[in-house]
Amino acid sequence: MARYGSHITLSPALWTRALAAVLLGSAICATAQNVPLLSGGVGFLTNTNGGSTSYTPTIEPVLAMPLGQHFMIESRADLLESFAPNGGGQPGYDHTHFIGLSYLQGDYIASPHLTIMGGTFLIPFNTYNERLTPLWISNFQATPLIFSLGNMSGGAATGGMVRGSIISRPKYSFDYAAFFSSRVGTEQFTAKRSSGGRTSLYLPKQGLEIGLSYDRSLQGFPASHENFYGAHVWWEPANTAFRLRSEFARGHHAQGYWIEADYRTQAFGGLDSWIGRIEPVFRMQQTFRRDNAASDGLPSVNTQRADFGLDYNLPHNTRILTSYSRQFASNGNRNIWQTGIVYRFLFPTWKGK
Amino acid sequence: MTMTSRVLLLTFAALLSTPLHSQDAPLKAALPSPTESKQAAAAPKPHDSEGQRIFQQNCSRCHNAPEGFSPSISGTIVRHMRVRASLSQHDEQELLHFLNP
Repeated sequence: MARYGSHITLSPALWTRALAAVLLGSAICATAQNVPLLSGGVGFLTNTNGGSTSYTPTIEPVLAMPLGQHFMIESRADLLESFAPNGGGQPGYDHTHFIGLSYLQGDYIASPHLTIMGGTFLIPFNTYNERLTPLWISNFQATPLIFSLGNMSGGAATGGMVRGSIISRPKYSFDYAAFFSSRVGTEQFTAKRSSGGRTSLYLPKQGLEIGLSYDRSLQGFPASHENFYGAHVWWEPANTAFRLRSEFARGHHAQGYWIEADYRTQAFGGLDSWIGRIEPVFRMQQTFRRDNAASDGLPSVNTQRADFGLDYNLPHNTRILTSYSRQFASNGNRNIWQTGIVYRFLFPTWKGK
Repeated sequence: MTMTSRVLLLTFAALLSTPLHSQDAPLKAALPSPTESKQAAAAPKPHDSEGQRIFQQNCSRCHNAPEGFSPSISGTIVRHMRVRASLSQHDEQELLHFLNP
């Protein structure tokens, strides 16, 4: 039930030391509005996939720490414990735990159009990895079936990235991101040698965003150099709470897409009324194999899946997520039920000046 | 308890626990709730409308607005969003002014 692939794994002692060092450093540089923040989400998730149920309490803290006028250090961690009933008729539960970093990066704002990043960062391929993986943002617990295409399985790269706004006008804006990742195989930091980027056009009046992505894996087996192509379209009409998001990705061995729509009505007292907080969500996904070399993390056969979600946005940054999915594939159909409650927190690391 | 029962129970609990009118968070900052955004749109302030537009187009595109936060982290949030959403320098300044007028 992993929400996304591999992470940087850290021992609790190392994580605590790193956090203490970061906070100590930030104390020197913070100004009135630039106190380091601690944000993130905490949740309790359940997942029943093909009749097998697991229970996962999880916390995803995010730390953002500005240093002076141009630097910032950011990190997101993932701490979870997963419980599942013992199989084979045995009583009781088995459990596994996981602590890791999704990213740990330094940002340098070099010019109005250029930000330089170094460290381990989320790969800028399509939109899901960078924008929708946080626990408190995603409408569904499960990542899309095509998530691993272009995201080098785990979603993180270690190296450098440049990104920024090419041009920003009231009627349109262009942005870009380009990265290079080296091969890292240590226990704490794992990444594939790869490079690529993304560019997107946003039309505010139409609420339309269109983007293209490309990246290239420079290592791996059996294809040592594998290209990935991606495209995304988001449509969020102004003055409505309707959102349509979609992605397409294609690799050497497989391709696929997902389309997700969600809506909150404003017709009965606005979005903060009890009925305006209800958020029905629907996602359709398909994957297609181009050959039998299943090295990319996608299902081994062509797969179709429909996800029906009903989320509820409680006050105080709390969401209830429920969904039912039906997956169709030649190697077996299955039902997937997922529920969860998620709280998003956001506060300064200290009171400030 | 079956999965279907859990879904129904959670949904029912959510409906029961929701007050008819939400309460403001203690650290409510300048950030408007979605309802307030609609009211503000009816009579926009010249400067705030630009920052509000940038907020809605770049931040709300991905996530719900947090209900409130300390003004002491508004600059950090804006810098984080500048990097994440590839904001221009102008957009960053307008957004900071909107969050911390």
